[in-house]
Amino acid sequence: MKHWKSLLAATCMAALSAGSAMAEGSVVIGSTGVPRHFNGAIQSGIFTFMPSSNIYASPLRYSDSWEPEPYVAESWETSEDGLTVTLKLRDDVTFHDGEPLTSADVKFSIETIKANHPFKTMLAPVASVDTPDDTTVVIHLDHPHPALLLAMSPVLMPILPEHVYGPENGDIQQNPANLKPIGAGPFKLEEYKQGEYYKMVKNEDFFIEGKPILDEVYVQIFPDTNSLMLALERGDLDMVPFVSSPRELKRLSGNSDLVVDSDLGQAIGPINWLAYNTRKAPLDDVRVRKAINYAIDRDFILKALLQGQAPVAPGPIVPGSPLANAGVENYDLDLDKANALLDEAGLAPGADGLRFTITADTTAANEEMGRNVLEYMKSQLRKVGIGVELRIAPDFPTWAGRISSHDFDVTMDQVFNWGDPVIGVNRTYMSSNIREGVIWSNTQQYSNAKVDELLEKAALETDQEKRKALYDEFQEIVVDESPIYFINVIPYATVYKKGLAGVPDGIWGAVSPMDDLHWAE
Amino acid sequence: MQTLRKLTPAFKRVLEAFGLVMAVVILNFLLIQMAPGDPVEVIVGEMGGASEELIAQLRQQYGLDQPVLHQLGIYLGKVLTGDLGYSYYFNTPVLDLLLQRVPATVLLCLSALFVAVLVGTFAGAFSARKPDGAGSHIVTVISLVGYSAPVFWIGMMLLILFASVWPIFPVAGMQSLRKPSGFAYYLDILHHLVLPTITLAMIYIAYYSRLARTSMIEVLGQDYIRTARAKGLPENKVIWKHALRNGLIPIVTMVGLQFGQLFAGAVLVETVFNWPGLGRLAYESILRRDYPTLLGILLFSAVLVMIANLLTDIAYRRIDPRMRKART
Repeated sequence: MKHWKSLLAATCMAALSAGSAMAEGSVVIGSTGVPRHFNGAIQSGIFTFMPSSNIYASPLRYSDSWEPEPYVAESWETSEDGLTVTLKLRDDVTFHDGEPLTSADVKFSIETIKANHPFKTMLAPVASVDTPDDTTVVIHLDHPHPALLLAMSPVLMPILPEHVYGPENGDIQQNPANLKPIGAGPFKLEEYKQGEYYKMVKNEDFFIEGKPILDEVYVQIFPDTNSLMLALERGDLDMVPFVSSPRELKRLSGNSDLVVDSDLGQAIGPINWLAYNTRKAPLDDVRVRKAINYAIDRDFILKALLQGQAPVAPGPIVPGSPLANAGVENYDLDLDKANALLDEAGLAPGADGLRFTITADTTAANEEMGRNVLEYMKSQLRKVGIGVELRIAPDFPTWAGRISSHDFDVTMDQVFNWGDPVIGVNRTYMSSNIREGVIWSNTQQYSNAKVDELLEKAALETDQEKRKALYDEFQEIVVDESPIYFINVIPYATVYKKGLAGVPDGIWGAVSPMDDLHWAE
Repeated sequence: MQTLRKLTPAFKRVLEAFGLVMAVVILNFLLIQMAPGDPVEVIVGEMGGASEELIAQLRQQYGLDQPVLHQLGIYLGKVLTGDLGYSYYFNTPVLDLLLQRVPATVLLCLSALFVAVLVGTFAGAFSARKPDGAGSHIVTVISLVGYSAPVFWIGMMLLILFASVWPIFPVAGMQSLRKPSGFAYYLDILHHLVLPTITLAMIYIAYYSRLARTSMIEVLGQDYIRTARAKGLPENKVIWKHALRNGLIPIVTMVGLQFGQLFAGAVLVETVFNWPGLGRLAYESILRRDYPTLLGILLFSAVLVMIANLLTDIAYRRIDPRMRKART
């Protein structure tokens, strides 16, 4: 009995001390995703990008006004013809294992990313890389490539040490250093318990004086969002990035211990949309697609379903991007117009009052921005004589299998801009990217020669104003022809405890280096 | 001759078990193949898209471009040599992954089983003393609720009550991230263990108390109990010493038979409580179509259930002297 009591007392003590152990030099981050590994040069996705941007350094980083800033590269210069980009590197950068970072490592990293990274268009125009000396990198391009500078951000161009990841160490996909990474970034990976948590510690030799400020960063992985939210609300977690559920955001913003920062990561640019299979009758008729757009009240979705927590996405480029065009068709609710368009398309209602019936896909996990939107759409489209049958996939692979094999009518989908349109936007609209079996290719099977031409031209245009004009026209056409009805930007908020300062807030949001993160006095 | 006679049935059992395990492996393999989508789609999905070349390369790397029967042959060959393959998703050999996760699951399942048997048996025996008393009815109602409520719901309710409203227990995981050292390290684990254990034990408490109650009522009606009472033994001694021993037999059977189910419950409990065990790994590998990991877990649990059944047989013999004579 006595033992039992002392055990209980000790347990309570442990509980209390655990609650107050908010060590000054450490931060605990909660995340829902398991990184496959930490090497962002060959693996994309936010759960790899978050640690990768902190473990590895990159040539440049970005301010929140989309301006490049020096990082490992002290200066950079694009030649007059746009065909050469020259980087001048700092000479005092070392990797976590003490080896110096030289131009050879940058060359190796660029070549590795070009060969392995899923975002093929990012470095596709790179013809060759020269290294005249240890601190100079000369990148030769096949054609001008204005997206290149953005592609040198921490999230997209981690500099790998060649002596660790080079070909003499075998296939890079299987390199054990993907799980025990060596980089030159502000933090070193100390421990990874597969699928449970990982711990990063301060890189004492980081090349920026006085950074990073924190000694330790823990990232705890919660497969279940309910317990993640509970842990955040009771103060076990100091920061949770990528909170996107409007319901949670609304509740969390009422919590006086927490700060909800939604205006982050515009470059990631995640858009929630309704995609049409433009080769399947009757959706192959642009009038039918437009009719559906006019029958849906997007304001209702934004205000009621998404509780005002998610900004509108007027078109294919997120409003936060300097290339966005705000002047596109808005598709305000207009049932008469919708009916007129459907009549014009020759789709008369049958005996049951329905003109035709379509299936609408989403996944079970996507409730707020998927199923709820479709349920609303179902009742709304009924008013113009269109039947909707929901087809909710139990999990992601089931859904992806259907969509990538073009076996669908309409589907909810979430696709990311990834900074420059060349990286994340073109893939959805270029007719050359209609690829069966590839999810997030042009699965709408949309094809318009003018759009192809505009996107190809804009990819090469180095004059920012001319480039914007090309993208403006592209956005007008795509919104007008509507292979996709754009709904909302996914509000990837970072929620953190009051007192935490220097939370990454650039255009890359939470997938940026956390070298300035600290507890305010 | 004597040893041979002892050996043959044992050998037969091992052979049977082996055949069964192989059947489990083959069936599981084919079953998983029937699920739509494959791991490459998941990997590509989390990458945010990929080219056809990369997709083809990944399929080839994992041998997914081969015919199913060919894949099965390769897998069986590997399993026989003790190689469970390489996890597509976690980038680690499956065996390492399993060994990492086994201790957490074993700890959780055994604690839950222990609590369930202990509490269930006592509650059942207690209510059998006066089957129509108020105490008995309370036990019955609580049992019914515990038995009918979904385990993840119980888990969430406990979390809300004891981790949020009254925050005395941690929300998730098996230990604090900033690990204490020494004795406090074990206390920390114990502290994390409480809620998941109660959750998992809840359904089985209901099972065992119902079982113990029925079995005890039956036993208490038997002649030897009347004899014991007639001898003037105190009621407590009659119940806890004479009756309970016989009343326990069905419980021991159930413990063995339900071990597999306990593991199934652990999948949900581990997911709700973020417990780093096999159950959560199973959940994650299903969602990600990580075939090798999932097959490894299923194989492991099949073996576990078989061992549990074997142990049940042995325990049986210890409790019931008649069984010691019988030959299997």
